[in-house]
Amino acid sequence: MTPPESATLNEATAAPEAVDKKALIKEVLEAYPEKGKKKREKHLNVYEEGKPDCGVKSNIKSVPGSMTTRGCAYAGSKGVVWGPIKDMIHISHGPVGCGYYSWSGRRNYYIGTTGIDSFGTMQFTSDFQERDIVFGGDKKLAKLITELEELFPLNRGVSIQSECPIGLIGDDIEAVAKKSAKEIGKTVVPVRCEGFRGVSQSLGHHIANDAVRDWVFPQYDKDKKAGNIPDGTQYDVAIIGDYNIGGDAWSSRILLEEIGLRVVAQWSGDGTLHEMINTPSVKLNLVHCYRSMNYISRHMEEAYGIPWLEYNFFGPTKIAESLREIASKFDEVIQAKAEEVIAKYQKQTEEVIAKYMPRLQGKTVALMVGGLRPRHVVPAFYDLGMRLIGTGYEFGHNDDYKRTTHYIEDGTLIYDDVSAFEFEEFIKAMKPDLVASGIKEKYVFQKMALPFRQMHSWDYSGPYHGYDGFAIFARDMDLALNSPTWALVGAPWTK
Amino acid sequence: MAQNDVNKIKDHAELFHQDEYQELFAAKKEFEGGHAPEVIAEAAEWTKSWEYREKNFAREALTVNPAKACQPLGAILAAVGFEKTLPFVHGSQGCVAYFRSHFTRHFKEPFSAVSSSMTEDAAVFGGLKNMIEGLANSYSLYQPKMIAVCTTCMAEVIGDDLQAFIKTSKEEGSVPHEYPVPYAHTPSFVGSHITGYDNMMKGILNTLTAGKKAETTNGKINFIPGFETYIGNLREIKRFAELMGVDYTLLADNSEYLDSPNNGEYNMYPGGTPLEAAADSINGEATIAFQAYSTTKTRDYIEKEWGQKTYVARPVGIRGTDEFLMKLSALTGKPIPKELEDERGRAVDALTDSQAWLHGKRVAYYGDPDLVIGLTQFLLEVGCEPVHIVVTNSNDVFEAELRALLDSSPFGANATIWGGKDLWHMRSLLFTEPVDFFIGNSYGKYLWRDTHTPMVRIGYPIFDRHHLHRYSTYGYSGTINILNWVVNTILDELDRNTIIPAKTDISYDLIR
Repeated sequence: MTPPESATLNEATAAPEAVDKKALIKEVLEAYPEKGKKKREKHLNVYEEGKPDCGVKSNIKSVPGSMTTRGCAYAGSKGVVWGPIKDMIHISHGPVGCGYYSWSGRRNYYIGTTGIDSFGTMQFTSDFQERDIVFGGDKKLAKLITELEELFPLNRGVSIQSECPIGLIGDDIEAVAKKSAKEIGKTVVPVRCEGFRGVSQSLGHHIANDAVRDWVFPQYDKDKKAGNIPDGTQYDVAIIGDYNIGGDAWSSRILLEEIGLRVVAQWSGDGTLHEMINTPSVKLNLVHCYRSMNYISRHMEEAYGIPWLEYNFFGPTKIAESLREIASKFDEVIQAKAEEVIAKYQKQTEEVIAKYMPRLQGKTVALMVGGLRPRHVVPAFYDLGMRLIGTGYEFGHNDDYKRTTHYIEDGTLIYDDVSAFEFEEFIKAMKPDLVASGIKEKYVFQKMALPFRQMHSWDYSGPYHGYDGFAIFARDMDLALNSPTWALVGAPWTK
Repeated sequence: MAQNDVNKIKDHAELFHQDEYQELFAAKKEFEGGHAPEVIAEAAEWTKSWEYREKNFAREALTVNPAKACQPLGAILAAVGFEKTLPFVHGSQGCVAYFRSHFTRHFKEPFSAVSSSMTEDAAVFGGLKNMIEGLANSYSLYQPKMIAVCTTCMAEVIGDDLQAFIKTSKEEGSVPHEYPVPYAHTPSFVGSHITGYDNMMKGILNTLTAGKKAETTNGKINFIPGFETYIGNLREIKRFAELMGVDYTLLADNSEYLDSPNNGEYNMYPGGTPLEAAADSINGEATIAFQAYSTTKTRDYIEKEWGQKTYVARPVGIRGTDEFLMKLSALTGKPIPKELEDERGRAVDALTDSQAWLHGKRVAYYGDPDLVIGLTQFLLEVGCEPVHIVVTNSNDVFEAELRALLDSSPFGANATIWGGKDLWHMRSLLFTEPVDFFIGNSYGKYLWRDTHTPMVRIGYPIFDRHHLHRYSTYGYSGTINILNWVVNTILDELDRNTIIPAKTDISYDLIR
């Protein structure tokens, strides 16, 4: 149900007080000791129109004690890249915690019978004890894989997701993987994604991509040689870097199929090992989350000559632009269909905008997310008449900040690997109407009576991709911003 | 088009049920390389069998869906109960992101903790530099009154020495010399989150009470909640003490931190036990812990180092609450007020009102050792029959205690304690030896889906239902809460099973 119109709707949205953002950064940095300040000042800036990037350093170690929002390489591999492959069992190899905390945390939707032929919302762990640390865990791992095979015979393969101790105690999981793969006759992928590697989850994405290259693609090569890979069609594509959070990959896939393409594989939301193995047979890789899967896309380009194209399915402007660009890589049939599809959804989109834009027009938003979203979702806000005043990545690299320049206005505040302290101070000073970030930030800002939406999990809603997703996005931004509950904050006798 | 009505926008819960998406799912199968539906159905049936159960229980290396987390999670929960205390987790940074997310999803509150963000170089050279820098930064940025340090398994495997590191950090000027930086080694490959709670609590008390032993007692009773995730329980304990006029120190009180009012301003450190009060706990009359297995080392330390008597009380159910109140009365000489006796009467009245729906009901449950003992107390009192009790983070002492409790009632005769087992074991148990309902945390919803056993959510974490953590499970009011959740789950299920018109709805009764 649409929430009743609240008082805030009828007020003209006051233009945000002109904040001197450079001065704000300077002031916020003053709270750090000298060393911390020196490190952090490189990560904060104000975007200047025409510059090739956002003027910040990135992908550098987080400052100890600063309260970074970042995760680790294990989170990037098990949690992001590998975890959603639904017909494989992903072992959280090491102590119990990592697998426990990441269990069912990301809502990577899938179709399948969990525990029988699909395993996405389960927690498999070697639950390391002290003796495993002392004597090593290789034997336990080998035994564990035979037990998996016995109890879950329909699994298509296994991945070994290393937690911190594995690399520190010198276990040889590659040897176990090779031996076990022979024994069970299935794919067993060792992944060296120990949490201490790298500076964030980003290296975990890279390591996970490399594991696909080294342990999955050789099967494609073998099958290809043996003539077991079907030729496919000239319209075969793969969706790369869509984790199907709340069903995002499906509301994207439906559009690609409607314009006449054949989606052979989804990486990795609702994906299978079989889809992964067959991917090098596609004609074009369509990359949504560039950050987490550019590596494998580049590899497929080099090794198999498959071009890749980044697209953006957030908001009708970018969806139409992306569909046209994707279609331009194919023939006129596809191009004509793309126009048809854009036209077909026009009415739906116009209705959504007509309904929600008056409720959202002029509202400002501050973003802080990971992956692609600190830039990719910006046009969806603009489609609804909202404005971005600050953005930043948890674990972006310089290539992300370069791409970001196409999405933001002059004077946007940029914060890389923002600390809890900085983010709170920035928000208090800039006073956006909406903060869009993660679960760790949500209640900090809601305590300030600030509307908030989680931009990792879509706040348990979604999908947000595609035309179907945009309608939900619009509804959700409205229900956050125009909830009557915000007006209850503060007792009337204290005002 | 699937999204065809702007006045009724469909999200995932409905969108994907539309024909367009159902067709998409069916078509996608061509590319998936999946198994034939009959193969899947056959395998699914097989997992319900005794044969599967035996294979499942024969596993030695594999853990599937465990009901336990790791030590530092408990450590930081202990820390945030103290006034303006910032948990500092020494080791890899991803762990802290996980802990904060986990607690935030359960409590729907901010949860602050910092990491020393150790990476490859620290793995080689140790994390001293990270500690020095991390303490300095967090002290300046977040201005805590105390920083409580625990570890991740990375720091433990490489052997970082917290005591020495903290000393060096102070010498380097990260924090003032007299500034409290208690610590606990909390390796995640030993014990579970309840062990971490215990280690951190002991570490904090050890630091704060050093040199504070006085000649005379302060007349107060110390309360230690343990790994407590029901805010209502802390409030109930405080209310009891206040009603009885008992002077107390709650070690520690995270009830404000984890349930703070929304007044338009974010306060990073709401509430908490004042550090001075915590320091003075060494001079208390006695200590009562509400959980035994998350306070084992702490109680041992209090007995030996402070020379103070410690007790365990679990005020769950009528008798559990009676025992706690009588113990408190005996320790302080304060009588139990009539108000509480009336409350008791009302709770007993509620239990007798509902007893017919509970008597002889077969129950399965899982959770931390002390939670399970509390639930057992309640279930036996109302005539339910515990059948399967799974405790992943079990131990021998606990199992003996629980066995004795079960043996104290004829209703406990058919219970099996499955120590060290997980929720995939529980799945087999529920299929092969079905029960009327089960009790567990949110992860239990997969058991509900697979076995159709009605589910009562009690435990940690509860992610998929709102606000349950605000209630109490302690005291007479907590007994009514548990009763309410249990009996109404049974009645809801009865309605669900009798809702087909002209077929089952003969029993779809208005009055029950």
